[in-house]
Amino acid sequence: MMNREPKQYSSGEVLAPPTERYTILGWLHKNLFSTWYYTLLTLVTLYILYAILKPTLIWIFTQAQWQVVVVNLRLFMVGQYPKDQLFRIWLALDLLAFTVGLAWALLLPKERRVGLVLLVIPLLLAALPFISSYSRINWILFAVIGFVGWAIGKWQPKRMRRPLIVLMLGYFPILILLISGFEPILKLVKTNYWGGLLLTMLLAVVGITLSFPLGILLALGRQSKLPIVKTFSILYIEMVRGVPLVTILFMAQLMLPLFLPPGLKIDNVLRAMAGMVLFAAAYMAENVRGGLQAIPKGQHEAAWALGLNGFQTMFYIILPQALRNVIPVIVGQFIALFKDTSLVAIVGLLDLLGIASTVLAQPEFIGRQREVYLFIALIYWVFSYAMSYASRRLEVALGVGER
Amino acid sequence: MKETTIPFWRDERVLQWIAQIIFLIVVVASGAYLYHNMMTALAQRGLLPSFHFLKLTAGFDIGEHLIPYSRNDTYGRALLVGILNTIEVSFLGIIFATILGIIIGVMRLSQNWLLNKIASVYIEIIRNVPLLVLLVFWYTGVFLQFPRLKEAKILPGPTYVSNRGVAMPWGKPTETWHIYLYVLALGLILAAIVWWRLTLIGKRTGRMPLVTVWSTLTFLGVALLGWIGITLIYHQAPLALDRPELKGLRTVGGLELTPEFLALLSGLVFYTAAFIAEVVRAGIQSVSKGQVEAARALGLNGFQTLRLVVFPQALRVIVPPMTSQYLNLTKNSSLAVFIGFPDLYSVAGTIHNQTGRAVEVTILMMAVYLSFSLMTSVFMNWYNKKIRLVER
Repeated sequence: MMNREPKQYSSGEVLAPPTERYTILGWLHKNLFSTWYYTLLTLVTLYILYAILKPTLIWIFTQAQWQVVVVNLRLFMVGQYPKDQLFRIWLALDLLAFTVGLAWALLLPKERRVGLVLLVIPLLLAALPFISSYSRINWILFAVIGFVGWAIGKWQPKRMRRPLIVLMLGYFPILILLISGFEPILKLVKTNYWGGLLLTMLLAVVGITLSFPLGILLALGRQSKLPIVKTFSILYIEMVRGVPLVTILFMAQLMLPLFLPPGLKIDNVLRAMAGMVLFAAAYMAENVRGGLQAIPKGQHEAAWALGLNGFQTMFYIILPQALRNVIPVIVGQFIALFKDTSLVAIVGLLDLLGIASTVLAQPEFIGRQREVYLFIALIYWVFSYAMSYASRRLEVALGVGER
Repeated sequence: MKETTIPFWRDERVLQWIAQIIFLIVVVASGAYLYHNMMTALAQRGLLPSFHFLKLTAGFDIGEHLIPYSRNDTYGRALLVGILNTIEVSFLGIIFATILGIIIGVMRLSQNWLLNKIASVYIEIIRNVPLLVLLVFWYTGVFLQFPRLKEAKILPGPTYVSNRGVAMPWGKPTETWHIYLYVLALGLILAAIVWWRLTLIGKRTGRMPLVTVWSTLTFLGVALLGWIGITLIYHQAPLALDRPELKGLRTVGGLELTPEFLALLSGLVFYTAAFIAEVVRAGIQSVSKGQVEAARALGLNGFQTLRLVVFPQALRVIVPPMTSQYLNLTKNSSLAVFIGFPDLYSVAGTIHNQTGRAVEVTILMMAVYLSFSLMTSVFMNWYNKKIRLVER
């Protein structure tokens, strides 16, 4: 019964090339020991790896005292954010889960892998042994809501399109309102209570969102034929790109208060945000310009021939195409900005890195630098890597960048 | 017959100029408003902008200085010390990051599975962690965790490795050093002549000799001969070996590298190398396989293929992104302040704390960084032009 009919191939059918198959030994020979110098290289590298990894692993699992991270976990995550108001952050996260779930169902119906990963991660977080039961419940809720969003999207793909767009556009203001609060319904939480990963995330999100319109304007300015506008745009972009971010933050901290009319005061966090936005706008402008330059001239000419005026050509024809092409680049910029937010620690804010110094100043945890900084590096790494991975999959799935 | 022209309010040229004038007015007006606010605020504090403070006595110490500096010197000199420190660390950083980046980039393309994977894991780890976190970890987690000076690890030399940094033997200029400098200059000139002649020969015959190797050898030869000659004539070598010695709680003599400097340099190098590796990989991959095959078919060996065919073509793709990596490294050196290395930003910050002159310090700082960026990109653009494909 095992014998199957040999498959008949019609002449038009294309056969996949035969896959190469190795035995383990064959694989080892080809990839590690093909010539004498490769063999030598492999052995030397193996020894170096062993010499580095062995003490590192021993330290991580036996000598390191991770208590410092466990005790201060909340501080790392949200800083001094009031404990009784934490539900607001969870609410914002749940809304995010719902939006992402919905978006996934509508935009990427076929892509399963990443969606599954997004579901598994919160469940894994919920399974961590040292978190409070409050967080545990909330992580499970997060996963459930994400799944519900996905299911709704699957169930009513046509009808949910509009709500999804509303959610995506409205998420940023809702997030800010939720976190900062609005009297009299939600208690105001002053920005100096924001901290940890929460502040890091907010700085990056605010930076990229607000720099977007500014960046588009600057890019259009740089492309424009009007000499004054063009010069101004070029000067701004090149000056900002020519100096380090810390100097911009320095300026935002010290000079911004001077620029404001007397009586008006803004706090540290807002100043840093202003600095981040001004900084990100210059880079955003260059990214958008890349997209604009990639649009063939025929698009302009066709639009003119159809009788659209300059404004219409730009906003209905050119910009939509240009922006679609630069989505991957903008995701890359967001990741870079997310990492760059660590610089606000230099001007004294308590973001993820800034809070590390305060934790290390606790008398019972003096000398625990390695544990704390490794933990922080891990958080940064997980987020950046996850984002770049997701964006790569997204690019493939959406065919972004292909025309 | 009446000439029909479009009315001026629909004439595009007029509209463009009106738009520009309105734009200019808005920019100038808001600029003037901000400037006015600033001047009022500054006048209230009695800190009207002026750069006279640069001539005042600084009164603070700077741990590391390339030029003589003491706390009795002026703010201006302190700033110069900071600028030189920034240049020093950026310059060294660029050199080491390039070397390490090329090694990792080539590893990333290696047929050897292990090397390949190590390189890609390295790149993925480094690129997804902020440089500042890396620097702090490097400083507090590695360099400050070295043993105390009393229990310092002593490498041959003697080189002391402790949580005070590294002290190692170094050449100390003697009385004949300035004569030796002339010899070195002569060597440079000769090397340049060799370079020029060999390039000419290469162009004429079509067989490019190893230009770089020969001119380097010329320079080294002159340097060596000069060294021996001076030692024989004056009975004193241009450089004397200066060994560090343990004296009480510190080392004396030799070259001392502080943990701050080492942490900053290695952090910058390891971070930027990951990016340079990707640039190098992309560059080498951009050379099509047919080029290599054609070169081999012409009878060039592996090394010649790399030197004469792959490398010159890859370089064209590599140079522009490499420029921006170099610029990034220079700008990133400003993170030094977080681990206490006195670079430009750190010194400027101290000066601001002492004098309260935010505006002037900001302007100075930005001007210096801008000119660094400008100089680097001018140089790299020149280089890029030089190696660009000359199309017929």
